[in-house]
Amino acid sequence: MSLLQVDGLSISFGGIQALNGVGVNVEKEEILAVIGPNGSGKTSMFNCITGVYHPNSGNVLFRGESLIGLSPDSIARKGVARTFQNLRLFMHMTVLNNLMLGRHVQFKKNPLSAFLRLRREELKHRKVVEEIIDFLDLHPYRHSLVADCPYGVQKRVEMGRALALEPEVLLLDEPISGLTSEEKEETAYRITEIRGRYKTTILIVEHDLKIASRLADRMIALDYGKKVAEGSPEEVQKAPEVIKAYMGVD
Amino acid sequence: MDLIESYKEELQLVRKPWSRMWVAALLLFLLIMPWITQEYIVYIATIIFIYSIGSLGQNLLIGYTGQISFGQAAFLAIGAFTFGHCSRFGIPWPIGLIAAGLAAGIFGLIVGIPSLRLKGPYLAIATLGFGIAVYQIFANSDTLSGGRMGLIINKIDPVFGLDRSIFNYYFNLIIAILFTLLTYNIISSYMGRAFIAIRDNDIAAEVIGVNLMRYKLLSFAISSFYTGIQGGLYGLLMGYLEPNMFTFMEAVTLFVAVIIGGLASAAGSIMGAAFVVLVPQFFSGFKEMVPVVYGTAILLILIFEPLGLNGIWLKIRLYFRNWPFR
Repeated sequence: MSLLQVDGLSISFGGIQALNGVGVNVEKEEILAVIGPNGSGKTSMFNCITGVYHPNSGNVLFRGESLIGLSPDSIARKGVARTFQNLRLFMHMTVLNNLMLGRHVQFKKNPLSAFLRLRREELKHRKVVEEIIDFLDLHPYRHSLVADCPYGVQKRVEMGRALALEPEVLLLDEPISGLTSEEKEETAYRITEIRGRYKTTILIVEHDLKIASRLADRMIALDYGKKVAEGSPEEVQKAPEVIKAYMGVD
Repeated sequence: MDLIESYKEELQLVRKPWSRMWVAALLLFLLIMPWITQEYIVYIATIIFIYSIGSLGQNLLIGYTGQISFGQAAFLAIGAFTFGHCSRFGIPWPIGLIAAGLAAGIFGLIVGIPSLRLKGPYLAIATLGFGIAVYQIFANSDTLSGGRMGLIINKIDPVFGLDRSIFNYYFNLIIAILFTLLTYNIISSYMGRAFIAIRDNDIAAEVIGVNLMRYKLLSFAISSFYTGIQGGLYGLLMGYLEPNMFTFMEAVTLFVAVIIGGLASAAGSIMGAAFVVLVPQFFSGFKEMVPVVYGTAILLILIFEPLGLNGIWLKIRLYFRNWPFR
Protein backbone atom coordinates (compact mmCIF):
# COMPACT_ATOMS: atom_id res chain seq x y z
CA MET A 1 0.00 0.00 0.00
CA SER A 2 1.23 3.46 -0.82
CA LEU A 3 2.12 5.79 2.02
CA LEU A 4 -0.01 8.64 0.74
CA GLN A 5 -2.96 7.99 -1.52
CA VAL A 6 -4.73 10.93 -3.09
CA ASP A 7 -7.91 9.91 -4.81
CA GLY A 8 -10.34 11.93 -6.90
CA LEU A 9 -9.59 15.18 -5.14
CA SER A 10 -11.90 18.02 -6.24
CA ILE A 11 -12.37 21.51 -4.92
CA SER A 12 -13.99 24.55 -6.45
CA PHE A 13 -14.04 28.19 -5.43
CA GLY A 14 -17.23 29.68 -6.81
CA GLY A 15 -17.11 28.94 -10.53
CA ILE A 16 -13.46 28.00 -10.60
CA GLN A 17 -12.69 24.30 -10.46
CA ALA A 18 -9.27 24.43 -8.83
CA LEU A 19 -8.92 20.65 -8.61
CA ASN A 20 -10.88 18.19 -10.64
CA GLY A 21 -10.53 14.56 -9.66
CA VAL A 22 -6.80 14.55 -9.05
CA GLY A 23 -5.40 11.26 -7.87
CA VAL A 24 -1.88 10.05 -7.19
CA ASN A 25 -0.16 7.43 -5.07
CA VAL A 26 3.05 8.34 -3.32
CA GLU A 27 5.34 5.55 -2.22
CA LYS A 28 7.53 5.55 0.84
CA GLU A 29 10.83 7.43 0.51
CA GLU A 30 9.93 8.68 -2.90
CA ILE A 31 10.43 12.18 -4.28
CA LEU A 32 7.43 13.16 -6.34
CA ALA A 33 7.47 16.41 -8.29
CA VAL A 34 4.24 18.18 -9.13
CA ILE A 35 4.50 20.49 -12.10
CA GLY A 36 2.06 22.60 -14.05
CA PRO A 37 1.48 26.17 -15.21
CA ASN A 38 0.36 28.90 -12.82
CA GLY A 39 -3.10 28.32 -11.43
CA SER A 40 -3.13 24.67 -12.38
CA GLY A 41 -3.94 23.56 -8.83
CA LYS A 42 -0.58 22.46 -7.46
CA THR A 43 -0.78 24.53 -4.29
CA SER A 44 -4.49 23.76 -3.91
CA MET A 45 -3.57 20.09 -3.87
CA PHE A 46 -1.06 20.71 -1.08
CA ASN A 47 -3.63 22.75 0.81
CA CYS A 48 -6.15 19.92 0.56
CA ILE A 49 -3.65 17.35 1.79
CA THR A 50 -2.60 19.46 4.79
CA GLY A 51 -6.14 20.38 5.77
CA VAL A 52 -5.92 24.09 4.99
CA TYR A 53 -8.67 23.60 2.38
CA HIS A 54 -11.50 21.13 2.69
CA PRO A 55 -12.00 19.41 -0.66
CA ASN A 56 -15.53 19.06 -2.04
CA SER A 57 -14.97 15.43 -2.84
CA GLY A 58 -12.23 12.86 -3.00
CA ASN A 59 -10.08 11.28 -0.38
CA VAL A 60 -6.59 11.53 1.04
CA LEU A 61 -5.29 8.43 2.77
CA PHE A 62 -2.12 8.58 4.83
CA ARG A 63 -0.93 5.16 6.03
CA GLY A 64 -4.43 3.97 5.25
CA GLU A 65 -6.13 6.62 7.41
CA SER A 66 -8.24 9.35 5.87
CA LEU A 67 -7.04 12.91 6.42
CA ILE A 68 -10.25 14.48 5.14
CA GLY A 69 -12.04 16.61 7.71
CA LEU A 70 -9.10 16.69 10.10
CA SER A 71 -7.75 20.05 11.23
CA PRO A 72 -4.31 21.08 9.97
CA ASP A 73 -2.77 20.63 13.40
CA SER A 74 -3.91 17.04 13.78
CA ILE A 75 -2.63 16.28 10.28
CA ALA A 76 0.71 17.75 11.31
CA ARG A 77 0.67 15.52 14.39
CA LYS A 78 0.21 12.47 12.15
CA GLY A 79 3.45 13.32 10.40
CA VAL A 80 2.70 15.52 7.39
CA ALA A 81 4.67 18.76 7.25
CA ARG A 82 4.84 21.43 4.59
CA THR A 83 6.42 24.68 3.54
CA PHE A 84 4.65 27.54 1.83
CA GLN A 85 5.21 29.17 -1.51
CA ASN A 86 5.11 32.69 -0.07
CA LEU A 87 6.96 32.26 3.18
CA ARG A 88 4.76 31.94 6.20
CA LEU A 89 7.25 32.35 8.98
CA PHE A 90 6.85 33.80 12.42
CA MET A 91 8.55 37.03 11.54
CA HIS A 92 8.90 38.49 15.02
CA MET A 93 10.61 35.46 16.48
CA THR A 94 14.19 34.38 16.28
CA VAL A 95 15.28 31.68 13.87
CA LEU A 96 15.81 29.38 16.84
CA ASN A 97 12.28 29.90 18.14
CA ASN A 98 10.83 29.29 14.70
CA LEU A 99 12.58 25.95 14.61
CA MET A 100 11.57 25.18 18.19
CA LEU A 101 7.96 25.74 17.13
CA GLY A 102 8.53 23.02 14.60
CA ARG A 103 9.11 20.74 17.60
CA HIS A 104 5.78 21.73 19.09
CA VAL A 105 4.09 18.46 18.18
CA GLN A 106 6.87 16.44 19.80
CA PHE A 107 6.87 18.45 23.03
CA LYS A 108 5.45 16.92 26.17
CA LYS A 109 3.15 19.81 26.86
CA ASN A 110 2.73 20.07 30.58
CA PRO A 111 1.40 23.52 31.54
CA LEU A 112 3.12 23.27 34.92
CA SER A 113 6.50 23.06 33.24
CA ALA A 114 5.63 26.29 31.44
CA PHE A 115 4.46 28.05 34.59
CA LEU A 116 7.31 26.87 36.80
CA ARG A 117 10.09 27.16 34.23
CA LEU A 118 10.95 23.47 34.14
CA ARG A 119 13.12 23.19 31.10
CA ARG A 120 13.92 19.52 30.59
CA GLU A 121 11.81 19.17 27.46
CA GLU A 122 13.17 22.43 26.13
CA LEU A 123 16.76 21.19 26.41
CA LYS A 124 15.92 17.85 24.87
CA HIS A 125 14.35 19.41 21.79
CA ARG A 126 16.99 22.07 21.56
CA LYS A 127 19.47 19.30 20.72
CA VAL A 128 17.37 18.18 17.78
CA VAL A 129 16.94 21.74 16.60
CA GLU A 130 20.68 22.32 16.77
CA GLU A 131 21.17 19.34 14.47
CA ILE A 132 18.81 20.94 11.98
CA ILE A 133 20.62 24.26 12.32
CA ASP A 134 23.80 22.36 11.55
CA PHE A 135 22.27 20.67 8.55
CA LEU A 136 20.85 23.88 7.09
CA ASP A 137 23.88 25.97 7.95
CA LEU A 138 21.93 28.50 10.01
CA HIS A 139 24.50 29.07 12.78
CA PRO A 140 25.11 32.77 12.19
CA TYR A 141 21.38 33.50 12.22
CA ARG A 142 20.38 31.44 15.24
CA HIS A 143 19.43 34.41 17.39
CA SER A 144 18.43 36.94 14.78
CA LEU A 145 14.84 37.81 14.06
CA VAL A 146 13.50 36.07 11.00
CA ALA A 147 12.28 39.40 9.62
CA ASP A 148 15.90 40.62 9.54
CA CYS A 149 17.22 37.60 7.66
CA PRO A 150 17.77 37.58 3.90
CA TYR A 151 15.26 35.77 1.73
CA GLY A 152 17.44 32.76 1.09
CA VAL A 153 17.88 32.24 4.82
CA GLN A 154 14.17 32.62 5.46
CA LYS A 155 13.54 29.94 2.88
CA ARG A 156 15.94 27.64 4.75
CA VAL A 157 14.32 28.46 8.08
CA GLU A 158 10.96 27.44 6.71
CA MET A 159 12.35 24.16 5.47
CA GLY A 160 14.03 23.63 8.83
CA ARG A 161 10.80 24.30 10.67
CA ALA A 162 9.03 21.65 8.61
CA LEU A 163 11.94 19.25 9.14
CA ALA A 164 11.80 19.78 12.90
CA LEU A 165 8.45 18.01 12.94
CA GLU A 166 10.30 14.86 11.85
CA PRO A 167 7.59 14.28 9.27
CA GLU A 168 7.03 11.15 7.28
CA VAL A 169 5.76 13.17 4.36
CA LEU A 170 7.22 16.54 3.56
CA LEU A 171 5.44 18.83 1.11
CA LEU A 172 7.68 21.51 -0.32
CA ASP A 173 5.91 24.29 -2.19
CA GLU A 174 8.43 25.87 -4.57
CA PRO A 175 11.45 25.43 -2.30
CA ILE A 176 13.90 26.97 -4.78
CA SER A 177 11.93 29.81 -6.30
CA GLY A 178 13.54 33.21 -5.88
CA LEU A 179 16.94 31.85 -4.90
CA THR A 180 20.31 32.52 -6.51
CA SER A 181 21.76 29.74 -8.63
CA GLU A 182 24.16 28.62 -5.90
CA GLU A 183 21.37 28.55 -3.35
CA LYS A 184 19.28 26.53 -5.79
CA GLU A 185 22.01 23.94 -6.08
CA GLU A 186 22.45 23.80 -2.32
CA THR A 187 18.74 23.40 -1.74
CA ALA A 188 18.47 20.69 -4.35
CA TYR A 189 21.30 18.85 -2.65
CA ARG A 190 19.64 19.28 0.73
CA ILE A 191 16.35 17.88 -0.52
CA THR A 192 18.00 14.64 -1.58
CA GLU A 193 19.97 14.67 1.65
CA ILE A 194 16.76 14.98 3.68
CA ARG A 195 15.48 11.81 2.11
CA GLY A 196 18.77 10.09 2.74
CA ARG A 197 19.02 11.10 6.38
CA TYR A 198 15.48 11.15 7.63
CA LYS A 199 13.88 8.61 5.25
CA THR A 200 11.27 11.22 4.39
CA THR A 201 8.82 10.99 1.54
CA ILE A 202 8.87 14.28 -0.33
CA LEU A 203 6.32 15.98 -2.56
CA ILE A 204 7.70 18.98 -4.30
CA VAL A 205 6.03 21.68 -6.38
CA GLU A 206 8.53 23.28 -8.68
CA HIS A 207 8.65 25.48 -11.75
CA ASP A 208 12.31 24.95 -12.46
CA LEU A 209 11.92 21.82 -14.57
CA LYS A 210 15.63 21.20 -14.85
CA ILE A 211 16.10 20.85 -11.11
CA ALA A 212 12.73 19.21 -10.57
CA SER A 213 13.45 16.45 -13.04
CA ARG A 214 16.86 15.90 -11.57
CA LEU A 215 15.43 15.54 -8.07
CA ALA A 216 12.28 13.61 -8.72
CA ASP A 217 11.82 9.90 -9.00
CA ARG A 218 8.43 10.47 -10.48
CA MET A 219 6.54 13.47 -11.72
CA ILE A 220 2.93 14.42 -12.24
CA ALA A 221 1.68 17.36 -14.27
CA LEU A 222 -1.48 19.32 -13.55
CA ASP A 223 -3.37 21.63 -15.85
CA TYR A 224 -6.65 23.38 -15.01
CA GLY A 225 -7.03 21.21 -11.94
CA LYS A 226 -6.68 17.93 -13.82
CA LYS A 227 -3.83 15.49 -13.84
CA VAL A 228 -2.57 15.41 -17.42
CA ALA A 229 0.51 13.23 -17.09
CA GLU A 230 2.26 10.91 -14.68
CA GLY A 231 5.49 8.97 -14.94
CA SER A 232 9.23 9.45 -14.98
CA PRO A 233 10.38 13.06 -15.44
CA GLU A 234 11.38 12.43 -19.05
CA GLU A 235 8.08 10.83 -19.93
CA VAL A 236 6.09 13.63 -18.35
CA GLN A 237 8.05 16.37 -20.04
CA LYS A 238 7.57 14.73 -23.42
CA ALA A 239 3.86 14.13 -22.95
CA PRO A 240 1.86 16.09 -25.54
CA GLU A 241 -0.64 17.33 -22.92
CA VAL A 242 2.17 18.84 -20.88
CA ILE A 243 3.69 20.56 -23.89
CA LYS A 244 0.23 21.83 -24.76
CA ALA A 245 -0.29 23.13 -21.21
CA TYR A 246 2.99 25.01 -21.20
CA MET A 247 3.26 26.13 -24.80
CA GLY A 248 -0.33 26.21 -25.97
CA VAL A 249 -1.39 24.76 -29.34
CA ASP A 250 -0.72 26.30 -32.66
CA MET B 1 32.02 39.11 25.44
CA ASP B 2 28.95 37.01 25.67
CA LEU B 3 29.88 33.37 25.85
CA ILE B 4 27.34 30.67 26.51
CA GLU B 5 28.52 27.21 27.36
CA SER B 6 25.32 25.22 27.55
CA TYR B 7 21.74 25.43 26.35
CA LYS B 8 20.68 25.47 29.96
CA GLU B 9 22.70 28.57 30.65
CA GLU B 10 21.03 30.29 27.75
CA LEU B 11 17.60 29.65 29.20
CA GLN B 12 18.31 31.51 32.43
CA LEU B 13 15.85 34.21 33.36
CA VAL B 14 18.44 36.96 33.80
CA ARG B 15 21.65 35.98 32.14
CA LYS B 16 23.94 38.90 31.44
CA PRO B 17 25.91 40.35 34.35
CA TRP B 18 24.70 43.89 33.66
CA SER B 19 21.06 42.83 33.57
CA ARG B 20 21.62 40.95 36.81
CA MET B 21 23.00 44.07 38.37
CA TRP B 22 20.15 46.36 37.49
CA VAL B 23 17.52 43.75 38.34
CA ALA B 24 19.13 43.36 41.76
CA ALA B 25 19.31 47.14 42.16
CA LEU B 26 15.64 47.48 41.24
CA LEU B 27 14.59 44.77 43.69
CA LEU B 28 16.65 46.33 46.44
CA PHE B 29 15.12 49.71 45.73
CA LEU B 30 11.60 48.24 45.82
CA LEU B 31 12.40 46.58 49.15
CA ILE B 32 13.60 49.68 50.94
CA MET B 33 11.31 52.16 49.20
CA PRO B 34 8.48 52.19 51.80
CA TRP B 35 10.98 53.15 54.49
CA ILE B 36 12.43 56.12 52.68
CA THR B 37 9.37 57.70 51.07
CA GLN B 38 6.07 59.16 52.17
CA GLU B 39 2.99 57.05 52.76
CA TYR B 40 1.29 58.57 49.72
CA ILE B 41 3.98 57.38 47.33
CA VAL B 42 3.92 53.93 48.93
CA TYR B 43 0.19 53.82 48.26
CA ILE B 44 0.63 54.80 44.59
CA ALA B 45 3.31 52.13 44.19
CA THR B 46 0.92 49.57 45.67
CA ILE B 47 -1.70 50.48 43.07
CA ILE B 48 0.92 50.21 40.32
CA PHE B 49 1.73 46.65 41.47
CA ILE B 50 -1.93 45.71 41.31
CA TYR B 51 -2.39 47.21 37.86
CA SER B 52 0.80 45.52 36.63
CA ILE B 53 -0.80 42.13 37.15
CA GLY B 54 -3.76 43.06 34.96
CA SER B 55 -1.67 44.64 32.25
CA LEU B 56 0.71 41.66 32.19
CA GLY B 57 -2.28 39.41 31.59
CA GLN B 58 -3.73 41.75 29.01
CA ASN B 59 -0.38 41.85 27.23
CA LEU B 60 -0.30 38.05 27.05
CA LEU B 61 -3.60 38.25 25.21
CA ILE B 62 -3.16 41.36 23.05
CA GLY B 63 0.59 41.60 22.68
CA TYR B 64 1.57 37.94 22.49
CA THR B 65 -1.48 36.15 21.13
CA GLY B 66 -2.72 39.09 19.09
CA GLN B 67 -6.34 38.81 20.21
CA ILE B 68 -7.80 42.22 20.94
CA SER B 69 -10.15 42.24 23.89
CA PHE B 70 -12.09 45.11 25.40
CA GLY B 71 -13.89 42.95 27.93
CA GLN B 72 -11.27 43.31 30.63
CA ALA B 73 -13.46 45.44 32.90
CA ALA B 74 -15.86 42.50 33.12
CA PHE B 75 -13.14 40.08 34.27
CA LEU B 76 -12.00 42.66 36.75
CA ALA B 77 -15.52 42.92 38.13
CA ILE B 78 -16.01 39.15 38.16
CA GLY B 79 -12.74 38.67 40.00
CA ALA B 80 -13.38 41.44 42.47
CA PHE B 81 -16.93 40.40 43.34
CA THR B 82 -16.01 36.73 43.57
CA PHE B 83 -13.36 37.73 46.04
CA GLY B 84 -15.82 40.02 47.81
CA HIS B 85 -18.43 37.30 48.26
CA CYS B 86 -15.80 34.79 49.38
CA SER B 87 -14.64 37.28 51.97
CA ARG B 88 -18.25 37.87 53.08
CA PHE B 89 -18.64 34.14 53.74
CA GLY B 90 -15.46 34.19 55.78
CA ILE B 91 -13.37 32.22 53.31
CA PRO B 92 -9.66 32.94 53.91
CA TRP B 93 -8.10 35.36 51.46
CA PRO B 94 -5.67 33.01 49.64
CA ILE B 95 -8.55 30.74 48.62
CA GLY B 96 -10.70 33.75 47.82
CA LEU B 97 -8.01 35.20 45.60
CA ILE B 98 -7.54 31.96 43.69
CA ALA B 99 -11.31 31.67 43.35
CA ALA B 100 -11.38 35.21 41.95
CA GLY B 101 -8.79 34.32 39.34
CA LEU B 102 -10.46 31.04 38.46
CA ALA B 103 -13.93 32.59 38.14
CA ALA B 104 -12.57 35.26 35.81
CA GLY B 105 -10.57 32.60 33.95
CA ILE B 106 -13.66 30.48 33.34
CA PHE B 107 -15.54 33.48 31.97
CA GLY B 108 -12.47 34.25 29.90
CA LEU B 109 -12.73 30.80 28.36
CA ILE B 110 -16.36 31.47 27.45
CA VAL B 111 -15.58 34.89 25.99
CA GLY B 112 -12.68 33.34 24.11
CA ILE B 113 -15.00 31.12 22.10
CA PRO B 114 -15.92 33.88 19.59
CA SER B 115 -12.19 34.39 19.01
CA LEU B 116 -12.16 31.08 17.16
CA ARG B 117 -14.26 32.74 14.47
CA LEU B 118 -13.72 36.45 14.82
CA LYS B 119 -10.55 38.39 14.19
CA GLY B 120 -9.27 41.87 14.89
CA PRO B 121 -11.90 44.59 15.26
CA TYR B 122 -14.80 42.11 15.20
CA LEU B 123 -13.42 40.30 18.22
CA ALA B 124 -12.85 43.64 19.92
CA ILE B 125 -16.53 44.49 19.44
CA ALA B 126 -17.73 41.10 20.70
CA THR B 127 -15.64 41.36 23.86
CA LEU B 128 -16.68 44.99 24.32
CA GLY B 129 -20.29 43.81 24.34
CA PHE B 130 -19.47 41.29 27.04
CA GLY B 131 -17.72 43.91 29.14
CA ILE B 132 -20.69 46.26 29.04
CA ALA B 133 -23.21 43.46 29.67
CA VAL B 134 -21.38 42.31 32.80
CA TYR B 135 -21.20 45.86 34.12
CA GLN B 136 -24.96 46.23 33.63
CA ILE B 137 -25.63 42.95 35.42
CA PHE B 138 -23.56 44.00 38.43
CA ALA B 139 -25.03 47.49 38.41
CA ASN B 140 -28.60 46.17 38.41
CA SER B 141 -28.38 43.17 40.69
CA ASP B 142 -28.29 43.94 44.38
CA THR B 143 -27.49 40.36 45.36
CA LEU B 144 -24.40 40.31 43.18
CA SER B 145 -23.10 43.76 43.88
CA GLY B 146 -24.13 44.12 47.50
CA GLY B 147 -26.70 46.82 46.80
CA ARG B 148 -26.34 50.50 47.41
CA MET B 149 -23.93 50.04 50.26
CA GLY B 150 -21.51 48.14 48.08
CA LEU B 151 -19.70 45.08 49.29
CA ILE B 152 -17.50 45.41 52.34
CA ILE B 153 -14.33 43.32 52.28
CA ASN B 154 -12.43 42.45 55.44
CA LYS B 155 -8.86 43.64 55.12
CA ILE B 156 -5.99 41.44 56.17
CA ASP B 157 -4.42 42.34 59.48
CA PRO B 158 -0.81 43.39 59.05
CA VAL B 159 1.78 40.92 60.29
CA PHE B 160 5.15 41.54 61.98
CA GLY B 161 3.74 44.76 63.45
CA LEU B 162 4.03 46.52 60.11
CA ASP B 163 2.18 49.68 59.31
CA ARG B 164 -0.96 48.93 57.24
CA SER B 165 0.22 50.83 54.17
CA ILE B 166 3.65 49.22 54.28
CA PHE B 167 2.11 45.80 54.74
CA ASN B 168 -0.14 46.35 51.71
CA TYR B 169 2.91 47.46 49.75
CA TYR B 170 4.89 44.30 50.47
CA PHE B 171 1.88 42.03 50.09
CA ASN B 172 1.09 43.33 46.61
CA LEU B 173 4.76 43.57 45.66
CA ILE B 174 5.24 39.87 46.34
CA ILE B 175 2.18 38.90 44.33
CA ALA B 176 3.18 41.21 41.48
CA ILE B 177 6.67 39.69 41.42
CA LEU B 178 5.16 36.20 41.34
CA PHE B 179 2.99 37.12 38.37
CA THR B 180 5.88 38.81 36.59
CA LEU B 181 7.95 35.65 36.95
CA LEU B 182 4.98 33.58 35.80
CA THR B 183 4.66 35.77 32.71
CA TYR B 184 8.34 35.45 31.84
CA ASN B 185 8.10 31.70 32.30
CA ILE B 186 5.04 31.41 30.09
CA ILE B 187 6.41 33.51 27.25
CA SER B 188 9.68 31.61 27.11
CA SER B 189 8.01 28.20 27.13
CA TYR B 190 6.33 26.19 24.40
CA MET B 191 3.10 27.91 25.38
CA GLY B 192 4.40 31.41 24.78
CA ARG B 193 5.88 30.34 21.49
CA ALA B 194 2.52 28.97 20.42
CA PHE B 195 0.86 32.26 21.40
CA ILE B 196 3.32 34.29 19.33
CA ALA B 197 2.95 31.88 16.43
CA ILE B 198 -0.80 32.45 16.41
CA ARG B 199 -0.24 36.21 16.38
CA ASP B 200 2.37 36.19 13.64
CA ASN B 201 0.78 33.71 11.27
CA ASP B 202 -2.17 31.62 12.34
CA ILE B 203 -2.24 29.41 9.24
CA ALA B 204 1.42 28.49 9.58
CA ALA B 205 0.90 27.88 13.29
CA GLU B 206 -1.89 25.44 12.55
CA VAL B 207 0.06 23.65 9.84
CA ILE B 208 3.00 22.96 12.15
CA GLY B 209 0.69 21.49 14.74
CA VAL B 210 -0.42 24.30 17.06
CA ASN B 211 -4.02 23.71 18.02
CA LEU B 212 -5.52 27.16 17.44
CA MET B 213 -8.60 26.55 19.55
CA ARG B 214 -6.68 25.29 22.56
CA TYR B 215 -4.11 28.07 22.61
CA LYS B 216 -6.49 30.93 21.87
CA LEU B 217 -8.78 29.80 24.68
CA LEU B 218 -5.80 29.20 26.95
CA SER B 219 -4.58 32.71 26.28
CA PHE B 220 -8.00 34.13 27.09
CA ALA B 221 -8.23 32.05 30.25
CA ILE B 222 -4.76 32.98 31.50
CA SER B 223 -5.18 36.67 30.78
CA SER B 224 -8.58 36.71 32.48
CA PHE B 225 -7.08 34.87 35.44
CA TYR B 226 -4.55 37.68 35.82
CA THR B 227 -7.29 40.27 35.54
CA GLY B 228 -9.43 38.45 38.08
CA ILE B 229 -6.53 38.47 40.53
CA GLN B 230 -6.09 42.16 39.89
CA GLY B 231 -9.77 42.69 40.70
CA GLY B 232 -9.50 40.68 43.90
CA LEU B 233 -6.40 42.53 45.08
CA TYR B 234 -7.97 45.86 44.25
CA GLY B 235 -11.02 44.99 46.31
CA LEU B 236 -8.80 43.85 49.16
CA LEU B 237 -6.88 47.12 49.09
CA MET B 238 -9.97 49.30 48.89
CA GLY B 239 -11.96 47.34 51.46
CA TYR B 240 -15.21 47.75 49.58
CA LEU B 241 -16.59 47.14 46.09
CA GLU B 242 -19.22 48.77 43.95
CA PRO B 243 -20.03 48.23 40.26
CA ASN B 244 -18.96 51.74 39.31
CA MET B 245 -15.35 50.78 39.87
CA PHE B 246 -15.54 48.56 36.79
CA THR B 247 -16.85 50.71 33.97
CA PHE B 248 -15.67 50.50 30.39
CA MET B 249 -13.01 53.06 31.33
CA GLU B 250 -11.17 50.36 33.29
CA ALA B 251 -10.88 48.20 30.17
CA VAL B 252 -9.58 51.20 28.26
CA THR B 253 -7.06 51.90 31.01
CA LEU B 254 -5.63 48.38 30.78
CA PHE B 255 -5.57 48.62 27.00
CA VAL B 256 -3.71 51.93 27.20
CA ALA B 257 -1.25 50.39 29.65
CA VAL B 258 -0.44 47.63 27.18
CA ILE B 259 -0.05 49.91 24.16
CA ILE B 260 1.96 52.58 25.99
CA GLY B 261 4.11 50.03 27.77
CA GLY B 262 4.83 48.11 24.61
CA LEU B 263 3.08 45.21 22.92
CA ALA B 264 4.58 41.79 23.61
CA SER B 265 6.80 42.92 26.44
CA ALA B 266 6.44 41.94 30.07
CA ALA B 267 8.66 44.76 31.29
CA GLY B 268 6.66 47.16 29.15
CA SER B 269 3.40 46.06 30.77
CA ILE B 270 4.70 47.12 34.13
CA MET B 271 5.88 50.46 32.78
CA GLY B 272 2.49 50.89 31.11
CA ALA B 273 0.75 50.13 34.39
CA ALA B 274 2.88 52.78 36.07
CA PHE B 275 1.91 55.22 33.34
CA VAL B 276 -1.85 54.72 33.70
CA VAL B 277 -1.65 54.99 37.48
CA LEU B 278 0.63 58.03 37.54
CA VAL B 279 -1.12 60.10 34.88
CA PRO B 280 -4.38 60.51 36.87
CA GLN B 281 -2.25 61.39 39.91
CA PHE B 282 -0.35 64.14 38.10
CA PHE B 283 -3.58 65.48 36.63
CA SER B 284 -5.61 65.03 39.78
CA GLY B 285 -6.53 68.74 39.64
CA PHE B 286 -8.42 68.30 36.39
CA LYS B 287 -9.53 64.69 36.08
CA GLU B 288 -11.50 65.24 32.88
CA MET B 289 -8.17 65.66 31.05
CA VAL B 290 -6.98 62.11 31.77
CA PRO B 291 -8.56 60.51 28.67
CA VAL B 292 -7.06 63.31 26.58
CA VAL B 293 -3.61 62.49 27.92
CA TYR B 294 -4.17 58.79 27.22
CA GLY B 295 -5.29 59.52 23.68
CA THR B 296 -2.39 61.85 22.92
CA ALA B 297 0.09 59.46 24.47
CA ILE B 298 -1.18 56.57 22.33
CA LEU B 299 -0.96 58.69 19.18
CA LEU B 300 2.58 59.80 19.98
CA ILE B 301 3.67 56.30 20.89
CA LEU B 302 2.21 54.76 17.75
CA ILE B 303 3.87 57.38 15.56
CA PHE B 304 7.27 57.70 17.20
CA GLU B 305 7.90 54.54 19.19
CA PRO B 306 5.63 51.63 18.26
CA LEU B 307 7.41 49.43 20.79
CA GLY B 308 6.20 51.69 23.57
CA LEU B 309 8.04 52.60 26.74
CA ASN B 310 9.84 49.30 26.55
CA GLY B 311 11.17 50.30 23.13
CA ILE B 312 12.62 53.48 24.60
CA TRP B 313 14.20 51.43 27.39
CA LEU B 314 15.70 48.99 24.88
CA LYS B 315 17.19 51.86 22.91
CA ILE B 316 18.74 53.36 26.02
CA ARG B 317 20.29 50.01 26.87
CA LEU B 318 21.53 49.55 23.32
CA TYR B 319 23.12 52.99 23.44
CA PHE B 320 25.08 52.16 26.54
CA ARG B 321 26.00 48.70 25.33
CA ASN B 322 27.47 50.10 22.14
CA TRP B 323 29.03 53.10 23.78
CA PRO B 324 31.30 54.81 22.67
CA PHE B 325 30.17 53.66 19.22
CA ARG B 326 26.77 54.59 17.88
